[in-house]
Amino acid sequence: MSMQNSNSSAAPSWPLLTGVSVVGVYAHFLLHAESQIAVLGLAVGAILLLIAFSRFGWTARVATSAATYPKLLGAGAVAAVVLVAAVSYEMHFALLMLTTVLLYSTVCLGLNIQFGYSGVVNFAGAAFFGIGSYTAAVLASHSPLPHLLIVALAGLVAALLGSLLILPVLRTRGHYAALITIAFGILFKTFLEVNDALGGPQGLKIPGMEILGWKFNDNIAIGDHELSFYLNYLVLSLALCAVTFVLVRRLERSWMGLSMDVVRLDETAAATFGVDIARWKITAFTLGNGLAGMAGAIYGMMTGFVAPNNFTFGDSLILVSIVILGGIGNPWGILPAAAIVLILPEKLQFIQEYRFLLYALLVILILLFRPDGLLPRKIRNYFPGDAGR
Amino acid sequence: MSTILLEARGLTMRFGGVTALDALNLAVHKDEVLGLIGPNGSGKTTFFNVVTGLYAASAGSVDFEGREITRRAAQEIYRAGITRTFQRSRLCLPLTVFDNIAIGNYQHLQHGLLFNLFRRQALKRQYQENLEEACRLLATFNDKLVDRLFDPVSALTMIDRRRVEICRALISRPRLLLLDEPSAGMTHDETHELMSDILQVRQRLREAGNSVTIVIIEHEMNVIDRVTDRCVVLNYGEKIAEGTYAQIAADAEVQRAYLGSD
Ligand SMILES: Nc1ncnc2c1ncn2[C@@H]1O[C@H](COP(=O)(O)OP(=O)(O)OP(=O)(O)O)[C@@H](O)[C@H]1O
Ligand SMILES: [Mg+2]
Repeated sequence: MSMQNSNSSAAPSWPLLTGVSVVGVYAHFLLHAESQIAVLGLAVGAILLLIAFSRFGWTARVATSAATYPKLLGAGAVAAVVLVAAVSYEMHFALLMLTTVLLYSTVCLGLNIQFGYSGVVNFAGAAFFGIGSYTAAVLASHSPLPHLLIVALAGLVAALLGSLLILPVLRTRGHYAALITIAFGILFKTFLEVNDALGGPQGLKIPGMEILGWKFNDNIAIGDHELSFYLNYLVLSLALCAVTFVLVRRLERSWMGLSMDVVRLDETAAATFGVDIARWKITAFTLGNGLAGMAGAIYGMMTGFVAPNNFTFGDSLILVSIVILGGIGNPWGILPAAAIVLILPEKLQFIQEYRFLLYALLVILILLFRPDGLLPRKIRNYFPGDAGR
Repeated sequence: MSTILLEARGLTMRFGGVTALDALNLAVHKDEVLGLIGPNGSGKTTFFNVVTGLYAASAGSVDFEGREITRRAAQEIYRAGITRTFQRSRLCLPLTVFDNIAIGNYQHLQHGLLFNLFRRQALKRQYQENLEEACRLLATFNDKLVDRLFDPVSALTMIDRRRVEICRALISRPRLLLLDEPSAGMTHDETHELMSDILQVRQRLREAGNSVTIVIIEHEMNVIDRVTDRCVVLNYGEKIAEGTYAQIAADAEVQRAYLGSD
């Protein structure tokens, strides 16, 4: 960290801390808002707040501050999630949503490696998430394996099944590769619906998670207070999301990230300078699907059951729209985007029915007016805060 | 007699009915600057594309340093020691100048997952070595470019982009550098400057024990006159003349080819 002090004197850390606090407080109110009016007010308020922030140049200050203290930003984000969760300690629904946001964010971090860096499109994200849930259902019901190992195996199975798609994805480009992943997602769902061994359309039950005798599905009693059992899953999901985040960041800030970017931007130039195109596409595809599988396993254990209907093409689209909304290639965009895309429709009942329509509209508007997303990706800085700059 | 670095024998490239290279025999001598000239569509760029593995030759062979490289993958040819620039610049515009140059050194970068994710100190050392080399290369062209190392390439002027492209091709210390119309779209003065830079970098590399042979495609005849040791003239994919610039400039068939196509 000593390197950071040399150029940090100009940028103070308080704008960053203020920014994180504002987002945290906002998330808290959003999760707790009961009436439709309140939620709508919060949504409109957020937009006005954002406009005001940019108008007075505060967004830029927060961004500079965040770039100067990357570790503080990470710690702040984790602390904010923990605080928001702690305040809602007995509210099952709020914690379920928060955990869902974290797990979806993890999947989107994987998608981000796939098409944000390597340019491999994947419209079957939900299918790989589902593969994780089903793997957890089968292994946790029929084997004595420790549950954390099952989560890892779920990632492995998703990555392996994903490798079925690698050849067609490598051979075809652009739209065709997209169609192939869509077809895979639909095939996956149809296969599950007709497969009785995996429960058919009704799906399967999944036992709750248990680590070293700690039962995740029991509420936690502390004195007179009873904490929601969802807190168990929240902590685990937060850990998975945070570790994934750090690794994705490192990947981007390394020769791997560079190679993947070049593969995405210009395959001819990449080949001319020795870049093994297939290798990076396969790496990205495998890592992304593995992450989706792990997140799917935890999600399945948390909700207690899994059925083909949870993993439709529509769900894959939600994942993609989170990445686009957040800013393709920027891991920091994913968390707020996931929160917006997942929490708002849950809270605003009257848009529930139209949620897919709204997602489509949102994606179109973003692509038209802000193609880089809410938080556009920055140029690569391998070792932030270093003398190199 | 100087040694032959690259030799094409009977090299032929057909696109449907078009024969872009027609049984071409062409030798590049070690340490020379060879000019490759000819009217539009005479197959110059196609020659580069076949040599660098972007196109698979329809017939004939290419040897590099005595090893056959015909129809090898582009990646393999790069590792063998041949790099190039493109007629229409092919940089990754959203990436920084450093990124664009660093990728040129792909064969010397370590790509393992564990290395990149968990051995950050070792990665940092490698990063700094590449950073220094990129700075050194850029500085030979223009000191001001060094300050722009972390600007996206899209923010650079055309001439600076060309320079970056040449640095990308040089950072891996190739033995053969193929330059496809490096002066395209530049003013007379800019062209002059760029050529001096190229010769200077080459001199510096030679002093460091990394001599590089150059094949340059150029339309500007005064550039050819100034920088090349020898020239090969193509027309309709065939070699119609070979020799020093003075020799080919006086060649009747060459004059006819140029007049005929204009
Ligand atoms: N990929 C391709 N597909 C079909 N035809 C091609 C292809 N590449 C080149 N050609 C044809 O091959 C011939 C030679 O083209 P090439 O680009 O090598 O010419 P050149 O000498 O580089 O010309 P210029 O000076 O205009 O750059 C042309 O007739 C061109 O149309
Ligand atoms: Mg050409």
